[in-house]
Amino acid sequence: MDRYERAFFWFSAAMLGLFLCVLAYVTVGMHIRLPGPSGRIIPAPGQNLGAAVLATAPFNHPGLRMIGPGEYEVVMIAQQWFFFPRRIHVPAGSRVTFRVTSADVTHGFFIPGTRVNMMIIPGYISVETYRFERAGDYRIICHEYCGLDHQTMSAEVVVK
Amino acid sequence: MRTPVVDRPDAPFALPNLQRRIISLTVYLGFSALGVGVINGLAQALNYAGIDIFRYYPGLRTYYEGLTVHGVFNVIILTFAFANGFVSLTTARGLNRPLNTGLLVAAFVSLLIGSLLAAGAILSGHASVLYTFYAPLQAHWTFYLGLAFIVVSTWITSLNIFLAVAAWRREHPGQRIPLLAFISACTYIFWDIASLGVAVEVVGFLLPWSLGILPATDPMLDRTLFWFTGHPIVYFWLLPVYISWYAMIPRQVGGSLFSDTAVRIVFLMFLVIIPIGLHHQFVDPGISPKLKFAIAFLTFIVFLPSLLTAFSVMYALEIGSRRNGGTGVIAWFFHLPWSDPSVAAQLLAMLGFMLGGITGLMNASYTINLEIHNTTFVPGHFHLTVGTAVALSYMGIAYWMVPYFEQKDLWNRKFALAQSWIYFIGVLIFARGLISGGLAGMPRRTAISLIDYPKPPGWFEAGIMTGVGGSMMFIGAAMFFFEIFMTTFFSRRTEIPDIPFTDTIEPPAAAGFAVNLDRFRYWIVAAIVLCVIIYGPVIGRHIPPNFISPGNANY
Repeated sequence: MDRYERAFFWFSAAMLGLFLCVLAYVTVGMHIRLPGPSGRIIPAPGQNLGAAVLATAPFNHPGLRMIGPGEYEVVMIAQQWFFFPRRIHVPAGSRVTFRVTSADVTHGFFIPGTRVNMMIIPGYISVETYRFERAGDYRIICHEYCGLDHQTMSAEVVVK
Repeated sequence: MRTPVVDRPDAPFALPNLQRRIISLTVYLGFSALGVGVINGLAQALNYAGIDIFRYYPGLRTYYEGLTVHGVFNVIILTFAFANGFVSLTTARGLNRPLNTGLLVAAFVSLLIGSLLAAGAILSGHASVLYTFYAPLQAHWTFYLGLAFIVVSTWITSLNIFLAVAAWRREHPGQRIPLLAFISACTYIFWDIASLGVAVEVVGFLLPWSLGILPATDPMLDRTLFWFTGHPIVYFWLLPVYISWYAMIPRQVGGSLFSDTAVRIVFLMFLVIIPIGLHHQFVDPGISPKLKFAIAFLTFIVFLPSLLTAFSVMYALEIGSRRNGGTGVIAWFFHLPWSDPSVAAQLLAMLGFMLGGITGLMNASYTINLEIHNTTFVPGHFHLTVGTAVALSYMGIAYWMVPYFEQKDLWNRKFALAQSWIYFIGVLIFARGLISGGLAGMPRRTAISLIDYPKPPGWFEAGIMTGVGGSMMFIGAAMFFFEIFMTTFFSRRTEIPDIPFTDTIEPPAAAGFAVNLDRFRYWIVAAIVLCVIIYGPVIGRHIPPNFISPGNANY
């Protein structure tokens, strides 16, 4: 290989290495993490997935609950073509942990303007925590195609 | 002393007319699919502008049916057909020997049957599952069977290519494989390994499940197998275009490729680093974030061969420009033969690919994915890659290849030039719309014209740009079909005996380490080992599969 080719190669490699270091810093230093393993829904033999979801804690009691000062947990079920619950209210400054699973097909769970963005896959529980600093209406959008009325599948977080 | 990238460059091209005809039919099948795909593309783009024209489309019921047609026809049927035809042609020229006619016919027939089966299932409304067909949304079994036939056609093409290379090697012991044949074979070896994921998914799970033989399926396993193939597939779209950029464009601009070795290394890097599809699953549950970071690292490594391509191809262009009187640090770029429609289309495709590459790196950037995953940023990105770098290059290649197939002049060069520019400007506006929409939180693969909540700020402007740019792309594509139609049926007959190919300034090494580059078996073993290391543990957790999802056809 030519001298210039070599130089370009190492310059490119160094640039990509630098980007990776920044990404490592973001996740280790700033604690911005990607979703990971956080529980499964395991149907009993012969049981369908929807029934298994409703029989698995905490999805037997979907909804919002306070788990500490300024800390909330919302347990949500995604199915064609809505989220349950459809609307939750929390005060500004709250830290909200979303615990979501699907009762039927693959869905998405995305709140524009935040870093809440995860896939909801049958049999898996997706978890993300986010602090809502500013008041406003935040829309939860299903961003994975899930059938005919996919475009109407959304919910709301009302922050006061 | 320059080395041609083919064997016996001065001898006549030993491709029988019958084989040329079968190859041309394969490519035309792909362009027909593109035609169907872009008709639906127009409706997709207008959807973002808030206009729902699907109800006026004959035979289409929903937005998602149209989107499935758009995806399957454009990025599966078109790309596979083009690769099968074009890379067969480049292999034959690289070795300067005929291929096996029976295998060429078999690949074409398999592709045709597969396309018809898949098209029938989609257009009858029984497969609105998009081109990712995530289980448990379930399509009619003919859709999966059609996909299987389409993939098999690429394997038959591989066999044809490998037999030709093996025969050439027997006749030329100890010689380096001509560069054009090497990169052609490398593309298909790479694809054969990469396609195993989706093959197992479709034949092992989805097909029996849709036939009722398996009562349920494992959506996470299916998805993981899909993306095992689903990322490398983008390189299968891209590598035939790289073949043109490396081995043909330098000749078309009057230049030469600099280094033979650098090109072989680039293609082998794609071959070895296959298992990076997990970066499409960054926001999935159930996969460890540490593994996701390792995948981000590997994906960044695969960015290197594309950066090297930018360097080598740019270098070859500059050599061509300077030989023809081009000067300056930047000015030489404008001195290239921009009036040649084949060259202009592919130069524009390269410019688009710079933006496509950068946005692709952003998608793969681990935590940045939280901001843009499944937003319209993603289609904004891939309409610059597959929609521009690949599709516009196909058009540019067609501007010499269709005249070669038909032995006719290109119908109208100015019209062809205008076509490429309109398409290119269109895609820039279109992609700008989708990318800004994605940053404003607009979800992809969603009938935005039918949402039942107020549009958040930024979506309206993004949608207008998408609609305007997409309409320009549609006009550009329609002009392409007109040009090809007129060339085929109404153009002057002429003799075009050969296809363009370049030479290299630095020849392939006759001894030393570089000789090992041609020993494919080492690189195949390396690729398989890396796949097993990355995917072994991920797939291992699904043995036995977690069959929890019966079919769901609410679409």
